[in-house]
Amino acid sequence: MYGMEKETKMEPEASSFPPTFSVSEIKNKQRRHLMFMKLKQEKRKQKMQLKKKKKKEREALGDKAPPKEVPKTIENQRVYDETTVDPEDEEVAFDEGTDEFSAYFNGLTNPQVLITTSDRPRGRTMRFCRQLATVIPNAHVYYRKGLALKRIIPQCVARNFTYLMVVNEDRQVPNGLVLCHLPDGPTAHFKVSNVRLRKEIKRRGKDPTEHSPEVILNNFSTRLGHSIGRLFAALFPQDPQFVGRQVATFHNQRDFIFFRFHRYIFKNEKKVGIQELGPRFTLKLRSLQKGTFDSKFGEYEWVLKRHEMDACRRKFQL
Amino acid sequence: MQHDDVIWDIIGNRQFCSFKVKTKGQNFCRNEFNVTGLCNRSACPLSNSQYATVREEKGQCFLYMKVIERAAFPAKMWEKVKLSRNYERALEQIDENLIYWPRFLRHKCKQRFTKITQYLIRMRRLVLKRQRKLVPLSRKVESREKRKEEKALIAAQLDNAIEKELLERLKQGTYGDIYNFPSHAFDRALEQQDEESESGEEEEEEEDEEDVGKREFVAEDEVDESDLSDFEDMNKLRTSSDEEEQEDSSEEEEEEMQVKRSKGKSPANGAAARKKRAYVEIEYEQETEPAPKSRVTL
Repeated sequence: MYGMEKETKMEPEASSFPPTFSVSEIKNKQRRHLMFMKLKQEKRKQKMQLKKKKKKEREALGDKAPPKEVPKTIENQRVYDETTVDPEDEEVAFDEGTDEFSAYFNGLTNPQVLITTSDRPRGRTMRFCRQLATVIPNAHVYYRKGLALKRIIPQCVARNFTYLMVVNEDRQVPNGLVLCHLPDGPTAHFKVSNVRLRKEIKRRGKDPTEHSPEVILNNFSTRLGHSIGRLFAALFPQDPQFVGRQVATFHNQRDFIFFRFHRYIFKNEKKVGIQELGPRFTLKLRSLQKGTFDSKFGEYEWVLKRHEMDACRRKFQL
Repeated sequence: MQHDDVIWDIIGNRQFCSFKVKTKGQNFCRNEFNVTGLCNRSACPLSNSQYATVREEKGQCFLYMKVIERAAFPAKMWEKVKLSRNYERALEQIDENLIYWPRFLRHKCKQRFTKITQYLIRMRRLVLKRQRKLVPLSRKVESREKRKEEKALIAAQLDNAIEKELLERLKQGTYGDIYNFPSHAFDRALEQQDEESESGEEEEEEEDEEDVGKREFVAEDEVDESDLSDFEDMNKLRTSSDEEEQEDSSEEEEEEMQVKRSKGKSPANGAAARKKRAYVEIEYEQETEPAPKSRVTL
């Protein structure tokens, strides 16, 4: 044992480890740590050498060098979803022409949004609702006096609202969002996280004006994503006022929908500057229901089933 | 023999009582048969041989009574009387059963019964209202989601994506004439078109030189002398149409050109065709950047 330790101590002077040597066999912690650091340094050196060699080869070949290898990302490795929408799919186009949003997209209805909360909202939630109301044109915040949603909905329909938004609150912080398209449209239930109110956004601009913002919807690729995208698009009026230079973005990345509200300015045709106003939050879709909000008897089009859907890292639904 | 005073002296003041809960201001009694819930000489069920309480079980109220005659039989010590659901009727029942009992016990029993009915009513009303459903969160799942969200945020590169999208829209012309930048794009487009027409002319010249030496055998009838001078132009037309076939512009122009060729028109038409070809190129360029009808990009 003593002899073995001696061997292992002598070896590093030669700065090469015998192939059968493993750092974990040394019992002494200090020495083991030293050995491990040396091993790491060796490996790093070899890696740098390899890199340098490759770079030299690449420069030597010049134009004929093989193309750079693209690193694997989750987006690259995404499992192909069979419900991905082709831009020219006729069936999708037909569906979209006749679904609940067709009235909006044909320019017949103007969006009117009613924002409310769950019972007894605390300050943060109310502030969030009020800021949302400034971001979305034609939005009104109403205090929820403990009324049942099923009774609110017919009243809203009677007053020509197109959307009902309920912000759910837990522990003084908004954590859920129910978005209900009103004349019996789909209801989407989201989990809300990372809410930043206007005060908390660094380097933000002044308050948003009354102009209708433009809408950017990114990465909604599957059928489900498409319907959610249309849900978001119908929140805003059809013709944005470009004078206002405001843009609301719903960006889907790995099933998280990031909402941002910016003011942009074109410095020249190749550069644009954006300044964040308005609240920011992220949404994660939990369920999509066919009719209006009805938790007991509703027909669910899609529900997040964690064990099925979260099992594979590279599989996404939106 | 039941010595209530002795018992109280022991458990109430000097030694230990397992039902007693001491707090800063008061002493409470945890005995389930206690009427008031406080630890007092008059309210202690252990140190009172004649005692009564009201207790409720699954929404039903019962009057429990204990008398000294049954003190030796602990199993049968408490007499249980079911009280009516009607509030007034139940109060009468209590009075009936506790007739000739000390005023204190009667009063306290009725007070307790009132409180119990009030909370039962509140429970029933609450069930009818909407209730908050508490959904348990799994800590592991939540932290996993949080981490995934952070990584997704980094992968999203939101600012870049938004800027790119806005520039795309500017290029496609959704903003119309608000901004003055499109003039640069126009200049660039013109330059590109000039380059292409130049390269096209060069190619034509090359092909002219190629075709000069070639011999083609043509039938006598179809060829008119006026058309002889058109040969070069015809070849040019043919080769130019080949070029167009390589580009994937519309085939209608090709068919038109072919129709014109077969009719054997004059070089003016060939020139027109060439001009038309240049015109088509411009059109083709514009077609590659169509103005979108909808703002929504999915």
